[in-house]
Amino acid sequence: MRSRQTLAIVLNTFREAVRDRVLYNLIAFALILIASALLFGQISIGIQKTILLNVGLSAISIFGLLIAIFLGIGLVYKEMDKRSLYALLSKPIRRRQFIIGKFLGLNFTLLVNTALMSVGLWAALYYLMRRFEPQDLSVWVAIYFILLELSLVTALCLFFSCFATPVLSAVFTFMAYVIGNFAADIRAFGELTENNLLKGLTTVLYYLLPNFSDFNVSAWVSHGKPVAAEVVLLNTLYALCYDAILVAAAVWIFSRKDLK
Amino acid sequence: MKPSKTGRSVWTLALVLACGWAILVPAQMALDRRLAPYRETPELLWIPSGNVLRSLSLGHNGLLADLYWTRVVQYFGARRLQRRTDFPLLAPLLDITVALDPQLLVAYKFGAIFLSAPSSYGAAEPQKAIALLRRGIQANPEEWRLWHDLGFIYYWDLKDYRAASEAYREGSRHPDAAPWMQVMAAVIEEKGGNRETSRFLWTEIHNSAEDETIRKNASMHLETLRALDDIEELERLAGRFRERAGRWPQSFQEMIAAGLLQGIPADPQKYPYQLQSDGRITLHPNSEVKLDYGPSPEAR
Amino acid sequence: MAAIEISGLSKDYSLGFWRKRPFRALDRLSLKVERGEVFGFLGPNGAGKTTTLKLLTGLIFPTEGTATILGHPVGEPETFLRVGYLPENPYFYDYLTPQELLDYFAQFFPLSAEERQRRRDAVLDQVGLAEFRHRPLRKFSKGMLQRVGIAQAILHEPEIVLLDEPMSGLDPVGRHEVRELILQLKAAGKTVFFSTHILSDAEALCDRVAILNRGKLVGVGQLSESLQRQAACEAVLECASPEALSRLQPLAAKPPLVSGGQCRIEIPEKNIPQFLALCQSDGLRLISLNPVRLSLEDYFVEVLRGSDSERPASPSP
Ligand SMILES: Nc1ncnc2c1ncn2[C@@H]1O[C@H](COP(=O)(O)OP(=O)(O)OP(=O)(O)O)[C@@H](O)[C@H]1O
Ligand SMILES: [Mg+2]
Repeated sequence: MRSRQTLAIVLNTFREAVRDRVLYNLIAFALILIASALLFGQISIGIQKTILLNVGLSAISIFGLLIAIFLGIGLVYKEMDKRSLYALLSKPIRRRQFIIGKFLGLNFTLLVNTALMSVGLWAALYYLMRRFEPQDLSVWVAIYFILLELSLVTALCLFFSCFATPVLSAVFTFMAYVIGNFAADIRAFGELTENNLLKGLTTVLYYLLPNFSDFNVSAWVSHGKPVAAEVVLLNTLYALCYDAILVAAAVWIFSRKDLK
Repeated sequence: MKPSKTGRSVWTLALVLACGWAILVPAQMALDRRLAPYRETPELLWIPSGNVLRSLSLGHNGLLADLYWTRVVQYFGARRLQRRTDFPLLAPLLDITVALDPQLLVAYKFGAIFLSAPSSYGAAEPQKAIALLRRGIQANPEEWRLWHDLGFIYYWDLKDYRAASEAYREGSRHPDAAPWMQVMAAVIEEKGGNRETSRFLWTEIHNSAEDETIRKNASMHLETLRALDDIEELERLAGRFRERAGRWPQSFQEMIAAGLLQGIPADPQKYPYQLQSDGRITLHPNSEVKLDYGPSPEAR
Repeated sequence: MAAIEISGLSKDYSLGFWRKRPFRALDRLSLKVERGEVFGFLGPNGAGKTTTLKLLTGLIFPTEGTATILGHPVGEPETFLRVGYLPENPYFYDYLTPQELLDYFAQFFPLSAEERQRRRDAVLDQVGLAEFRHRPLRKFSKGMLQRVGIAQAILHEPEIVLLDEPMSGLDPVGRHEVRELILQLKAAGKTVFFSTHILSDAEALCDRVAILNRGKLVGVGQLSESLQRQAACEAVLECASPEALSRLQPLAAKPPLVSGGQCRIEIPEKNIPQFLALCQSDGLRLISLNPVRLSLEDYFVEVLRGSDSERPASPSP
């Protein structure tokens, strides 16, 4: 019964996203970008495929990020603000089902979007090469990593959305994303300084913040190189664990919140 | 009714967080190990042309240049920390930086030092440093100090005293240039490499550098120069002792008794010099003053 | 077992941005609603009615006190299998149609697919939205949204229905329909607990009412008794001379109202014979004489005046 209820919330979240026009604009934009990479590749020699993969993967990641943030920031806040939650939470469900359902729903949305954009990328790749090669499979790994990354962004959004306004949530999430991308540099900076306090601080920060650079293998796979299976496993573990933490924290905050 | 049993659920959350990070930290450590080769691929050079990047930066090229300059420093520092002697990305990164912001003087000045310094201190690519500085001079004709930086690389790293003197002369023509620029041009032309000039130049670098590492590097060179002077002087005095006594002095004590010295001489790091039985002077084993390189070509 | 049992329930909101200070919206409310009752919850704006209902649905948490519904502490999901709630000025996902919304909500209940469909169609009919079932809620008017809100509150045939101002935003027909609906629920043995400040609704529907003012319970009881007690008559006269009026004045409950050549005057029951005698002797033309039951408004004002005077220092809300 519980899982059926949560599934209903997941599907409704998906339906909400699908009925938002902005989503289509963003997907269309990403597809146009991928197509234009084909043209762009023609003015250089020898690296058309690399350029296509780089641009394509970046487009999938950036537009996925935009969609995740755009939809994620309103996930909880909008329902609190517009009071649509009152009717929902006076049904026999728990608040945590709402949070989990929203999280899974947005992830499902992102999965479908990413699949659409990936199809675009693969079509472009086929158009360019007229065939697929075995090493192209590692592109799927890069796409999978983008999905993991997006699920982390979603979890961040959801977490912030439990207590901050959409604009603030967007700012927080984006900052977390940027800092998370530079996490390794922050630590490197700490190691360069002689200051032990700073060193300790940057190391703590390094392990505390979501490390988005773990998921960045686009440049690597664009040269047709494979990604080790352990890396795939570790990244999956990392993302799932971080997601779980953020969702648990979001549930915790949301469950004791007065819905004024 | 109450927001569940608050006390208990705080602990539940704390437990979830603790368990979470108990998994995350080792996972991240394992990832760091495995991802090392992936990260070698310089994502920075996706767009290898500074000019393309400049137009892509949508007017934020100043900021982007600052970021790239920071990357240069980080890259250089990180590789030195790993005791790597090759710096393949240094020159391209610097190129991008100054293409993004041609007025970023630090990038020329320190970039040139990073590039020209000998292996294990820098990239040992003085020619690239010179190209960088010439680019900087072209973009910033009013900066006479860049001529000094250029001249110094000719003087110190390439031992090309004619070119060095040429650079100093060129810089001294600038209306704002310090008077010593002209002096340098003349001295180098006349005497080539010598300690006096080196000392002056390193002092100048030491005093004008805002960066701690650069200043440390300069004072290390100054220590070397002082030690070389000291050793020369002490060996000369030991020779005098031999002329008078017909033998080498056995200790500094003897030289003090003979009125040749005031006290036990110490090197710039405050370690006493060592007097060998054949009158040669060496450094204390603990002293970190370096004598093994200097302005003369054979010392390299 | 009582349908709703509230004991010592209080709620503090914090006001102010920098320095939070508590504001007591509900003060130690104790109340018991029996099963099968239609219970009116009355009070002026800001009295704490919505606060009470949100506490009963677990949307906010009480500062102190407890409440149970059908013996279960409020806020437990299982309670909502038997409770329906209409929020104040309801708002729903505007990208859905009423049919989709009801289908969505129905999935939270352990019902078979056919049963869900049957109930959805039944409530859409009941609130008169059957023909708009495919129109997106974005395009709904306030009253139509109110109807959707009622539909989702009774979707699962709950034993207890909590309605926060069910008549607000409805046209006269809609109000009549909702009244009918509440009476139907009552006939089916359900408990209805609704808040309102429209007193005629309470008058027409409620077995008992509670009156709340500034977070405090002012009174609970059956309406009809209290109203009958203070009945009076309203007389309409053809305009009289000022002298005649001044003679009537001592008999009246309030100063007479003169408008459009007519004079309205309210006479308490006990003064009626004297009043009629006076009319006759002065030759005044009486147009009508009707009993006025003391309206709930008046009762309300009176009760509140009493309760406000306990705290004369504080300004009125
Ligand atoms: N979220 C909130 N934060 C602070 N104060 C609040 C909040 N919600 C309500 N209040 C205050 O609590 C008091 C009771 O409000 P409530 O909404 O329960 O009144 P009500 O009886 O439903 O009024 P109305 O008839 O206007 O709907 C009011 O004084 C109101 O200002
Ligand atoms: Mg209200």
